[in-house]
Amino acid sequence: MQKSIKKYFPLFALPTFVAFTIGFIVPFIMGIYLSFCEFTTVTDAKFVGLSNYAKIFTDKTFVHALWYTALFTIVSVVLINVIAFVIAMLLTKGIRGTNIFRTVFFMPNLIGGIVLGYIWQLILNGILANFGKTLVYSEAYGFWGLVILMCWQQVGYMMIIYIAGIQNIPGELIEAAKIDGATSGQVLRHVTLPMVMPSITICTFLTLTNGFKLFDQNLALTNGAPSDMSQMLALNIYDTFYGRTGWEGVGQAKAVIFFILVALIAMGQNYLTRRKEVQQ
Amino acid sequence: MAKKANKADSQVSAVRKAKHGTALSVFFSLLSILYVMPILVVLMNSFKRKAYINKFPFKIGTGKMFVGLENYIEGIEKIDFFKAFGYSLFITVCSVAVIVLCTSMCAWYITRVQTKFTKMFYLLCLFSMIVPFQMVMFTLSKIANMLHLSNPIGIILVYLGFGAGLAVFMFCGFVKSIPLEIEEAAMIDGCTPVQTYFQVVFPILKPTAITVAILQAMWIWNDYLLPYLVLDIKKYKTIPIAIQYLKGGYGSIDWGAMMAMLVLAIIPIIIFYIACQKHIIEGVVAGAVKG
Repeated sequence: MQKSIKKYFPLFALPTFVAFTIGFIVPFIMGIYLSFCEFTTVTDAKFVGLSNYAKIFTDKTFVHALWYTALFTIVSVVLINVIAFVIAMLLTKGIRGTNIFRTVFFMPNLIGGIVLGYIWQLILNGILANFGKTLVYSEAYGFWGLVILMCWQQVGYMMIIYIAGIQNIPGELIEAAKIDGATSGQVLRHVTLPMVMPSITICTFLTLTNGFKLFDQNLALTNGAPSDMSQMLALNIYDTFYGRTGWEGVGQAKAVIFFILVALIAMGQNYLTRRKEVQQ
Repeated sequence: MAKKANKADSQVSAVRKAKHGTALSVFFSLLSILYVMPILVVLMNSFKRKAYINKFPFKIGTGKMFVGLENYIEGIEKIDFFKAFGYSLFITVCSVAVIVLCTSMCAWYITRVQTKFTKMFYLLCLFSMIVPFQMVMFTLSKIANMLHLSNPIGIILVYLGFGAGLAVFMFCGFVKSIPLEIEEAAMIDGCTPVQTYFQVVFPILKPTAITVAILQAMWIWNDYLLPYLVLDIKKYKTIPIAIQYLKGGYGSIDWGAMMAMLVLAIIPIIIFYIACQKHIIEGVVAGAVKG
């Protein structure tokens, strides 16, 4: 059978191959190459070795953005997952209106980052106005604004995944634990949590990468104000590319570092949580 | 006697449980209202005079604050909203259709034809999923420009390329679970590979196709940076680009038009969500479990 299908390569696989090459492979390889070059557009690249990378660490905004992003990611991952898990636990008890609550909590997820950013800019500035402040008063306001926004957007999504995980736990398992005299705290700690570990893996992965790669919301909510203090990595890279002439090479080098960081985080997280999963 | 006491006991606990449940229901009802509040505030402000929106965002716009549809008319004119809506719809629908069709065919091919090349391609797809867009944004936009892809039709190819990783990965996972015998039977009965694919394989793939379609649609409809860099934005603006455009050069925002356009941007999403809620939630769960 393999032989007869093989002839059909141009029809079945070629369109995706071509698009994938244009849309991913070529830009990726060129991106790596250009990070060692000085250029303003792709055709005038001049090889300069590692000097772009050396420049990155003299750029204070990048280092600041790196810490800001790391802190934001940690805070948002913890908050989103804890809140989503608690809501999922409560919504699997079969209370009235569960479906409606699920529908409502999930909804913000479908709204795009730019729209969300402006919605929350209005709301948060409206609240802060009572204290005579605005979102761009200091980096802390922008930080917590983004955290609130991301919680509002992502809790519903993670909740859906946790609910699916909790519903997959066989009822006998919890029953048996209770008959053996386990308190509800013990059931949670020794039965529920190990059994939903796959969901925890997925949700921490998603929130971690979403937090680290955040761009649209950051752009719409504060756009880095005041003076780039609330700027996250993705926005910092974008600004280096399109905001400063002559810095394109440095922007590309930053993007390479950014890619390596994302890859390391994704793989490290996967390794850590997968170890804790139990076989059913 | 003991039985009776037991029964009474269980009744008491049932009552307690019901009370517990009602308390939770009330709590979640309040939380739900709080949850939709931001959207309602935006809706309310969209009917208010510009000058009052930023000053009193939480006051209901009555009397001299009320302007009716003025903000909507101004906003629609300013950013040509319906054109942006048209572009967004066209790009999203076409890209999703192309992605589902092409990547499912490709996934079937690379799972059934196992060569070094196809294995390599599968690994590259996996790899592409962890690469952030910033890594390729500059080079991708330049290449798209050179190849004249800076229009709503060309961008479909870019989306197929950049979205292929996840889609191929998900389809491959499902194709592997289809028993080979079904396809072999079809071939023995005289089907060509094309017929086998469209009449036998694709119908089986349908649930995964819906999942992929939903995940890609959510991404493409809301995507801002990729179309902003790839498209010729003087001519073509999608909804996110048009909304960002309302922010003037010096960071000043026309809040009246902004509120109205935010409402118009949210309405189609809510209609779509209510119409296919079940598929969306199932799709998200299925997508997460496989990813």
